[in-house]
Amino acid sequence: MAVFNLTVNNKKIKVDVDPDMPLLWVVRDFVGLKGTKFGCGMAMCGACTVHLNGQPIRACQTPISSLAKNAKITTIEGVGEGQLHAIQQAWIEEQVPQCGYCQSGQIMSAVALLKTTPNPTDADIDAAMSGNLCRCGTYDRIRKAIHRAADTMKAGTSVGGGK
Amino acid sequence: MKNTSRRDFLKTTSLTGFGFALGVSSFAKDAPLKKLTPAVLSLEINPFIIIDTAGNITLVNPRPDMGQGSTQAVPSLLAEELEVSLDKVNIIQSDGKGKYGNQTSGGSSSVRGLWQPLRKAGAAAREMLTETAAKRWNVSSTECFAQDGKIIHRPSGKSLTYGELADDASKLEVPKNPKLKDPKDFKIIGKYNKRIDVPERVTGKAVYGLDVDVPGMVYASILHSPMVHGKIASIDDTDTKKIAGVLQVVKTERPMPHRTSEAVAVIATNWWAALKGKKALKVQWDNGNYDKTLSTEKYFAQTYEAAKKDGINFEEKGDFTAKFTSAKQKIETNYETPFLAHAPIEPENAIVHVKDDGSIEIWAPVQGPDWALRDVCGYMKVKPEQVKINVTLLGGAFGRKAYHDFLLEACHLSKELKKPVKVIWTREDDITQGPYRPGMLSHMQGFVENGKITGFHHHAIGESIVGQVFKGLKEDEADPWLSEEISTGNNKYNFATASKISWTNVKTDIPIVWWRSVYASNFGWGQECFIDELAHLAGKDPLQARLEILEDERFKKVLETLAEKAHWNEKLPAGKAKGIAVFKSFDSISAACVTVAKQENGAKIEKVVSVIDCGYYVNPDNVKAQTEGNIIMGLTSAIKDGITFTNGVCDQTNFHQFNLMRINEAPAIEIHIVDSGSNPGGVGEPGLPPIAPALGNAIFALTGKRIRKLPFDISNLA
Repeated sequence: MAVFNLTVNNKKIKVDVDPDMPLLWVVRDFVGLKGTKFGCGMAMCGACTVHLNGQPIRACQTPISSLAKNAKITTIEGVGEGQLHAIQQAWIEEQVPQCGYCQSGQIMSAVALLKTTPNPTDADIDAAMSGNLCRCGTYDRIRKAIHRAADTMKAGTSVGGGK
Repeated sequence: MKNTSRRDFLKTTSLTGFGFALGVSSFAKDAPLKKLTPAVLSLEINPFIIIDTAGNITLVNPRPDMGQGSTQAVPSLLAEELEVSLDKVNIIQSDGKGKYGNQTSGGSSSVRGLWQPLRKAGAAAREMLTETAAKRWNVSSTECFAQDGKIIHRPSGKSLTYGELADDASKLEVPKNPKLKDPKDFKIIGKYNKRIDVPERVTGKAVYGLDVDVPGMVYASILHSPMVHGKIASIDDTDTKKIAGVLQVVKTERPMPHRTSEAVAVIATNWWAALKGKKALKVQWDNGNYDKTLSTEKYFAQTYEAAKKDGINFEEKGDFTAKFTSAKQKIETNYETPFLAHAPIEPENAIVHVKDDGSIEIWAPVQGPDWALRDVCGYMKVKPEQVKINVTLLGGAFGRKAYHDFLLEACHLSKELKKPVKVIWTREDDITQGPYRPGMLSHMQGFVENGKITGFHHHAIGESIVGQVFKGLKEDEADPWLSEEISTGNNKYNFATASKISWTNVKTDIPIVWWRSVYASNFGWGQECFIDELAHLAGKDPLQARLEILEDERFKKVLETLAEKAHWNEKLPAGKAKGIAVFKSFDSISAACVTVAKQENGAKIEKVVSVIDCGYYVNPDNVKAQTEGNIIMGLTSAIKDGITFTNGVCDQTNFHQFNLMRINEAPAIEIHIVDSGSNPGGVGEPGLPPIAPALGNAIFALTGKRIRKLPFDISNLA
């Protein structure tokens, strides 16, 4: 066991856990944020996607000991900073989720995509989102929702647009 | 849902013993109940409708939501007749108790099964409230009407809320035959409405089984036999016990419906430690003879052998064999479909607390709390009133979470450990252990006469779900589930000269169960590809050839709509082709047209147009969403990995070997609904069966190569 300090959704957190424990289980069972999901445990499904210093990572393959001190983690609970992110709003408008279990990870990947690529093509979306599986098959709506969010953010009408 | 009132509501209803709302984990951590005093009286107008004197309305959803939209679709049936808006009511999930009737999400049965009963429940409550108001005003009930949670007296305009009427209304006898609304007056049913549960699913707030915490619980990771049914020879847990957080290692069991397997559970203070402990276990398995006898290769070899012999007749018209023997233009061939894992992204999990007084409380993502209750009572030897089931949201299920091995594992462990136990399966457990969709073989024979398909025989071969899971198939009996899947009564093809549907049961020890659309997902492949083959043999356009032998107007309308929407009759540029298929399952008819384009040595799926006639439906957008999902799952089943067993062990372990379709492979999709005004059919499954055969038929149109075995490598068709 060892003590680790990290910042999750702008909150400083101290945990005392097995250094091998993946960030996924730290966030879920020690920080208490259940929105990040377990799907495969080998970075094949993307359900555990969170942001590490703004970059999307698979939390199930990220041992807590591999993180730098005070690493900044953002999860689905913090991605909208208290409001709905334009991506989340677009997910509602397009009624993307079916079971919704993978959607936290999908949304975290999509938010990261729009940060680097504000006007993504379908090919950009495919490249950025292909690490996230959806067994319910919501891919067509995910594409539409990302385009919608991109439009909203360009128009500057939504919270999260500047992020 | 009114989120602000939900917590108050939960406090109130928990005292009066009603079901369970979705915010389970926050509730579990709530203040001690004895400190709370209900300020209002909750009244059960009937099992599905609870109205309290403060005016809060609660509808009970008796169908767990696994992504199919039952949280909206089912309460809509009540709300429509009750004249309330879904965004102004609380919705809770039923707990499995008998008063709610059938509560299993399966067989695409939610709307089609509850269409009458729940509308009647809503209408009955409306009549009771109306009568109460009329009495209070001393007017005729015909002068009163219900609107937006109130009864209004038309002549005077005065009104009373349902909350003000609930107490007296609940004392009335429930009318047996209340008057249902005319469909033309529907305000909710058939209209686009956003699903009320979507916001919580995009903010991480939705509570799935995996997300529930119960005070005092321990976690279990279970080592299952690689041979599925192997026996434990020895356990060395020395390394496991050194891991921080591991509490103990116990020999345990995996109770499947038809047999129980041995297993070893690692119990820990957190699941990661339990998993790490499981990986450190050294268990020797006595695998019996499974390493020599059990493989999918051997299983399929048996099915191909069976195809050479007569099966058990399910139905026959004319003397098919004689007619086939003498036919001049005929084809005989086999179509194969693999075993498949359901692979919901939320793995199997359950929390069970067997308490000191023998009562049992459960928190689990199960498709049917009623079936779960039955299974728990049977396994634990307890009475239904001793069991409380809290159904969480399901992170996908597709049939898997109506098979309760994971739940009974948690029951077994909690009884032994005397504390709440949370079992979480790994993806490897999910993929290597089954149960799976059975692999099946369709042996097909058919002939054409004068340019028309007039003879057809579908010999369905493989392991039976009824037989294996329920031990309910006699040796001399054809699987009765074929009737709703491949009988001519179901597919509505009229083969003028002769037809036959037959069955041979080839057994296997690989655990099987229903998978989205059940056998239709297997036999749709054989039926619809073979019809395509016969159409080509007859020199006919595949769509025209079907219309010629279909006698059902709804089928024809679906195909004609598909032809129009998919521009079937327009010629495509070189290097592109289309294929179609149509299939009826769960009382709905669905047809699909797949467009493929040549790409290097293979093909790319460019577009899928799907048409569905599901009769009356609640939300057209959800019908489309389910059909979109069926398209992706159907394509995945055709071109991604199947499940294979070699030397007794599953060859696939995780998503790197059991690949699912990803967004970069997903085609453009277009869905069209045919409004037939028929009784509701299913929506969650019927879109799937035509997808794989439409793709296979498109590949034939593109390359001249007939694919007969799934899955196939679409990137290499050489």
